Amino acid sequence: MSALAPRLKAALALFVLMALVPPLVTALGDPFLTVVANRMLVFAIAALSLDLILGYGAMVSFGHAAYLGFGAYAVALGARWGVSDLLAQILLGMAMSAGFALVTGAISLRTKGVYFIMITLAFAQMAYFFFVAQSSLGGDDGVALQARSSLLGVSLEGDLALYYVTLGALVAIYAGLYRLTGSRFGRVLKGTRENALRMQAMGYRPFPYQLIAYVIAACLCSVAGVLLANLTEYVSPAYMGWHRSGELIVMLVFGGIGTLTGAVAGALVAVGLEEVLAIFSDHWRLGFGLVLVLVVLFSPDGLTGLAKRLGIGGSKDV
Amino acid sequence: MSELLEIRDLRKSFGALAVTDGVSLSVAEGELHAVIGPNGAGKTTLIAQLSGQLSPDSGLVLYDGEDITHLDMATRVRRGLARSFQITALLPGMSVLENVALAVQARSGSSFRFWRDAGDEEITNAQARVALEEVGLADRASVLASALSHGEQRQLELAVALATKPRLLLLDEPLAGTGGQEAERLIALMQRLKSRLTIVLIEHDMDAVFQLADRVSVLVYGAIAATGSPEAVRADPAVRAAYLGEGA
Amino acid sequence: MTNLFLLQLLNGAQFGILLFLVAAGLTLVFGIMDFINLAHGVLYMVGAYLMATFAGLTGSFWLGLLLAMPATLVFGLVLEFLVFRRLYDRSHLDQVLATFGLILMLSEGVRILWGSAPLNVDMPALLSGSVPLAGPLKYPVYRIAVIAAGLASAVGLWALINHTRAGMLLRAGASNRPMVAALGVDISRLFMLVFAFGAMLAGFAGAIVAPILSVDPGMGESILILTFVVIVIGGVGSIRGAFLAAILVGVVDTVGRTFGPIWLRMVMDPSAAAQTGRMLAPMLVYLLMAAVLFWSPTGLFGRKGAK
Ligand SMILES: Nc1ncnc2c1ncn2[C@@H]1O[C@H](COP(=O)(O)OP(=O)(O)O)[C@@H](O)[C@H]1O
Ligand SMILES: [Mg+2]
Repeated sequence: MSALAPRLKAALALFVLMALVPPLVTALGDPFLTVVANRMLVFAIAALSLDLILGYGAMVSFGHAAYLGFGAYAVALGARWGVSDLLAQILLGMAMSAGFALVTGAISLRTKGVYFIMITLAFAQMAYFFFVAQSSLGGDDGVALQARSSLLGVSLEGDLALYYVTLGALVAIYAGLYRLTGSRFGRVLKGTRENALRMQAMGYRPFPYQLIAYVIAACLCSVAGVLLANLTEYVSPAYMGWHRSGELIVMLVFGGIGTLTGAVAGALVAVGLEEVLAIFSDHWRLGFGLVLVLVVLFSPDGLTGLAKRLGIGGSKDV
Repeated sequence: MSELLEIRDLRKSFGALAVTDGVSLSVAEGELHAVIGPNGAGKTTLIAQLSGQLSPDSGLVLYDGEDITHLDMATRVRRGLARSFQITALLPGMSVLENVALAVQARSGSSFRFWRDAGDEEITNAQARVALEEVGLADRASVLASALSHGEQRQLELAVALATKPRLLLLDEPLAGTGGQEAERLIALMQRLKSRLTIVLIEHDMDAVFQLADRVSVLVYGAIAATGSPEAVRADPAVRAAYLGEGA
Repeated sequence: MTNLFLLQLLNGAQFGILLFLVAAGLTLVFGIMDFINLAHGVLYMVGAYLMATFAGLTGSFWLGLLLAMPATLVFGLVLEFLVFRRLYDRSHLDQVLATFGLILMLSEGVRILWGSAPLNVDMPALLSGSVPLAGPLKYPVYRIAVIAAGLASAVGLWALINHTRAGMLLRAGASNRPMVAALGVDISRLFMLVFAFGAMLAGFAGAIVAPILSVDPGMGESILILTFVVIVIGGVGSIRGAFLAAILVGVVDTVGRTFGPIWLRMVMDPSAAAQTGRMLAPMLVYLLMAAVLFWSPTGLFGRKGAK
């Protein structure tokens, strides 16, 4: 393990590049781009967390955005209760996410295949409606935040401060997941992805491993939610809509699943693409959807194969 | 000799089809017991019930004197009851070494470890290498399992089962699809394993069966048609009519 | 009070019938092809839009319906031919991605063609007005007609599945695909048939709901998720399960929204009851789903031991 794995090198390069973005765009005279780049980082965290269950655990969750919402609402609730520290809000978001993921994950994981996809979607929708019904939190319209959080007494009101905190969180989560997926636990998870029956015949019961991974992924995604709320200074149920869950999958698959680095790359590219397309047309979804359909249909192995051939994200982590 | 495995009146139906139709069988500690029978006789289904993949409709499976009929697969494996699959079931996207190392990991220490690199575990890897050595795959350790030839995959299938340190090994047609040399190596391996393990062997290769087996049971339409020494079974006219007459 | 309950029960049944029409085709597709199609709700939406267009053009509800049904069928067949049949052998992940892309595309396409503003369809004169039910209670004729039409479709479907050869193959295929393939049946033809039929039923639901709901680009998506709940509760591949689950979900959802707060008032003070009721009502069907799954992971009528 002396030489760095290629995908680790690629990730490092991406992180360094992103660290240089704020000074660069300020020099170019368009500091607003920092906010766009910050968005990329936030979704990179969310896509990374999804990679743990989808890429490493082969659990196709169509409800992952729910945890983005839990994180965001942790900020809104924190603000209401006078808790403005980012770490405290992250803890709150993680606690809500862990609770929800533990219960719904335990039920969803009793099923497989199309059931699992539909059920995760339905549970996320339930969480969505829960927050829609919270009129004290703005219901459908959501609620604007008075101020951004602070971290250990330092305010994140400035875009730069928030940007680097987000980048720090991304790097930390990447590093944590890198270790996790290479650990004994990660190996069992990958083995279950490859062939659950074989794992049972080796003496493993897949369920607890899958459930723990599901809960960890939920908690990490809620960190992205906390940061997203701070970035937009706004919290609404739309963060956890099922379109958002679909977009997270698209980002992840676009970069390549099961590599971690691919999740980061995919999020950067997808969010960037969305910003650019939105400039050209209000109807960018038409083109986006069409590209998605065509790529899946005509690229052998689907989007994953295309990403692999383009070399995004490097080879699969095995 | 004491009985390690005892099956009592096991029954399993798929719809109207009685695939296991009152099977009773006992396997002594240290014995290699071959189960032969035509395709569709219910051999794989029997193995599936012994390993915990399927639960029987009725009947008992006793292992080392204990009722294990309703234990799940993982628990049985942990108690020393391993199996190989007729249709190769490996972890295709992982290396040969990792396939075996995972089996070692399952029985040595907790797998709820989240930080240390599993690939760096010298002891686990060493034990995995021993199993690979045993089946003759040591030089293929770093290759992806999906890149192995069919015969090599059969070998790996065996190595994984061995790495669980079983007391009782259920082998479902380990020679299927292997060529001359590979088959010979696997037969030699089973010959060696015979002295340390109890084995239930399902096999179509009659030469191998009569060479290896201490006892042979013939399964026809889900029921045991005959059990006895290889010579006795070979001579049994009912067996000849029901099964051996077809090919051998 | 009892009257209000009866009214909501009928509304719930009517909603359930619509859910069933959308779910029927989809559950077979899931069961037979193990194919996850997120874009099925689009057909419901397209049915409604085609209905709005044709009814507007011809000035007649009936002519509109007559034109919208085959048009939806054709639309479904084109989708099947162009997209779905290439996805059957793919991973669930690819299916999710492609059909998600299709939703984005078609919803946006509808927005471009028809605009984002909701459209209305006039009720046919024959079916407007209300009839007295019991005592002072009246119920709109049109909603009764919707229930009747849905029930008729359900009975027709039942007859088709239980008394025709194609139906027999479907029943077998939904629970054991390899077996049907082994019988030498052309699975892709069979599937096209199912798909076309499912598309038409979903389109029919969209068309007949047009006069009582506004037709908007989001309608396909909101019904899709409830359809999933119905299929999960009923069990993938089971028409009977889909029917019972659809009625159950329709009634629980509708009655829960009205009566949740009222019933809660018996155990808590009014303002808390109103608040809790509003919060719980939209979650009820999902809780119902969770409860059923906890009890049986393959739904009420799902194949046991299904993976
Ligand atoms: N899951 C199943 N559902 C229905 N029939 C099955 C199933 N598994 C096996 N069978 C049937 O049971 C019979 C025995 O199969 P199997 O145990 O694989 O036989 P063998 O291994 O002796 O060739 C065959 O007729 C097979 O078609
Ligand atoms: Mg067999």
